[in-house]
Amino acid sequence: MSLTNIQLDNHGRLRHFLTIEGLQRQHLVEILDTAESLSGVAERRVKKLPTLRGKTVVNMFFESSTRTRTTFELAAKRLSADVLNLSISTSSTVKGETLLDTLRNIEAMQCDMFVVRHAQSGTAEFIARHVKPHIAVLNAGDGRHAHPTQAMLDVFTIRRHKLDFANLRVAIVGDILHSRVARSQIHALNILGAGEVRVVAPKTLLPACVETLGVQVFHDLQPGLRDADVIIMLRLQRERMQGALLPSAQEYYQQYGLTEERLALANPDAIIMHPGPINRGMEIDSAVADGPRSVILEQVTNGIAVRMAIMSITLGTHTHPFREDT
Amino acid sequence: MQVDTERLLNAMAKDLQRLLEERGIDHPTLVGLHTGGVWIAQRLQTLLGIPEPLGSLDISFYRDDFSRLGMHPQVKPSHLPFDVDGRHIILVDDVLYTGRTVRAALNELFDYGRPRSVLLAALVDRGGRELPIEANVVGTRLTLRPDENIKLSGPEPLQLILKKKLS
Repeated sequence: MSLTNIQLDNHGRLRHFLTIEGLQRQHLVEILDTAESLSGVAERRVKKLPTLRGKTVVNMFFESSTRTRTTFELAAKRLSADVLNLSISTSSTVKGETLLDTLRNIEAMQCDMFVVRHAQSGTAEFIARHVKPHIAVLNAGDGRHAHPTQAMLDVFTIRRHKLDFANLRVAIVGDILHSRVARSQIHALNILGAGEVRVVAPKTLLPACVETLGVQVFHDLQPGLRDADVIIMLRLQRERMQGALLPSAQEYYQQYGLTEERLALANPDAIIMHPGPINRGMEIDSAVADGPRSVILEQVTNGIAVRMAIMSITLGTHTHPFREDT
Repeated sequence: MQVDTERLLNAMAKDLQRLLEERGIDHPTLVGLHTGGVWIAQRLQTLLGIPEPLGSLDISFYRDDFSRLGMHPQVKPSHLPFDVDGRHIILVDDVLYTGRTVRAALNELFDYGRPRSVLLAALVDRGGRELPIEANVVGTRLTLRPDENIKLSGPEPLQLILKKKLS
């Protein structure tokens, strides 16, 4: 598949990070292990490493985001890179500049990494195909397609709580149809050999042929939660919904909202995750979101170390043709 | 090549003991550099009877050759389970060569705090320094050619292995 080739170099090392699909287990484990080493940096007096000193990272956000952009920015800064934040939806594209023109202009500013978020699936890959060879491209979310750094921080968080993927039951609940996060999570969990990956959603919020992704499909919440070790609640993306996919928000909460009561069906040591931002009382009850089994804020913290790992690995690949280990 | 690493470790412990007494250092803390340096630091800790927990540093993110070599694929976490401020630190590495690893380790150490003093102990000094860095205590000095490489394998048993570099 051409897509997988473009993010790997001739030696199979990551040079861009566009999608989890087509990556090997070793790529994911390398990211997770590197992130583990980087997670201690936040507790030190100097929360900064010199690794990417002199590099410039450009956050190209064609779609708004606070959490993702901020954690990418923090990740780059903790690696001593310089960061440029561009909200492109509000500037040049309104003036009629094409994506390639925007790209050429930013390239001309001698940058080393583009972090791209765009409402259109495939934009990060398109940019990776057209940038100069010294530039690494990271996908920070493209349409419904992929959000691979989010998936990596999710599996990182899971690995910190559950040592072994092989015996895990993971339930992904909610709006799978519009969720690039879910797609990336499913790929990551399957590559890491998760025991069972479930998707739980009404038929209208599931993509066609979802089971071909390697998941068990549940249309009812209760059986979907039974004996789960990890529960990932997805945000109901009302802004992306056109037409009548849902009867009403209230009815959705009644059927698919995660409450303390329903949580009792899962394993007693199950963890609750959510990529954020959460809609309280829409897909998750406040008591659960703020409860002892929720690791939602931990996910945010872990996002920094995981993004630092992906940045240092991909930029590292760009700086040297191949490392001869001594 | 057969080197009696036990004998070297004992000699290092003795030299360190003498040095610490000379300098009036009562409570030193050992910090090993991944991976070989940590093994040696563990042994020295036992030999010197140091109760303080051991620290370990992986200097991968501090290397000066990142822009040439990229990331090391197997980075280990750095772990200093104590406050570095005001401490007498003994940095421990297996092989002292160019001095670049020690430079990186000093930079990383200072990002944790301001130690009172830092000593350097190495099992092998193979010469070839590219920076003004010397060890305070050395197990043995070897003269190697640039195409030769020496590595420590371990942790049990600790063995020095001499290799010709593939070129």
